[in-house]
Amino acid sequence: MRENRRHAPETVERYLDSTLESVDNAEELAVGAAQRAGFEEDDLMKIGMAVRESMVNAVVHGNRYSAHKKVRFSVAHSANRFTIRIADEGDGFDFTALPDPLAPENLMQTSGRGIFLIRSFMDEVDMRHRDPRGTEVTLIKYMVSK
Amino acid sequence: MSVKLNSRQVGDVSVVDVAGRITLGEGSSALRDLMREMVGKGQKKILLNLGEVSYIDSSGIGELVSGFTTVTNSGGQLKLLNLNKRVKDLLQITKLYTVFDVHEDEAGAIRSFA
Repeated sequence: MRENRRHAPETVERYLDSTLESVDNAEELAVGAAQRAGFEEDDLMKIGMAVRESMVNAVVHGNRYSAHKKVRFSVAHSANRFTIRIADEGDGFDFTALPDPLAPENLMQTSGRGIFLIRSFMDEVDMRHRDPRGTEVTLIKYMVSK
Repeated sequence: MSVKLNSRQVGDVSVVDVAGRITLGEGSSALRDLMREMVGKGQKKILLNLGEVSYIDSSGIGELVSGFTTVTNSGGQLKLLNLNKRVKDLLQITKLYTVFDVHEDEAGAIRSFA
């Protein structure tokens, strides 16, 4: 990471509509903040993809594109970690029982790789049910000094 | 930019030059529609040139898989050309890199079709 380009810690929070445009917006916000935080190209790509996949889950599967439901999106950058939180207002799902997209019987499925990619690209991923409804995903990328 | 698709014929191989973003929505559905159209027209040898693909998400990966299955089930072959690092890394992480026949030069890819 480029120490001399690191900016002061910042926090961004938005309530986004449940649209594919919001997916693009969230990705852009996250990558912009990550760039200002000093992440390099490879990590920017990973953060962007993890945010995109999480936002798609929130918009498409959680809120089902509902005009009445929002996605709460936040990015926080501190000294040692970059944290993104994405929360939908959907019915929730059992994220402990997801099929393994790498299993031979699933390899040729046309969907089901999103969460796997999120976990591959981020250092920590936490999913929890929100009260009274919805799912919140927390994505963390460590800020490693060189 | 969403996705731009340009089809051309090289002998009996249909080459699709894909440029832009293959993501959920317009990008992935455009690719899906084109491949279905090509299979519907009886095209058996399809080469996707992904050299100008700037971005692909899991939906885009899904469309590549769907296209592969559709073409294969119709008795044809679908191959990939010019993967950039991002696409290659994604296919490797998802263990799909060895499923597809991937090439780095068009002439060699064309010759490889049975």
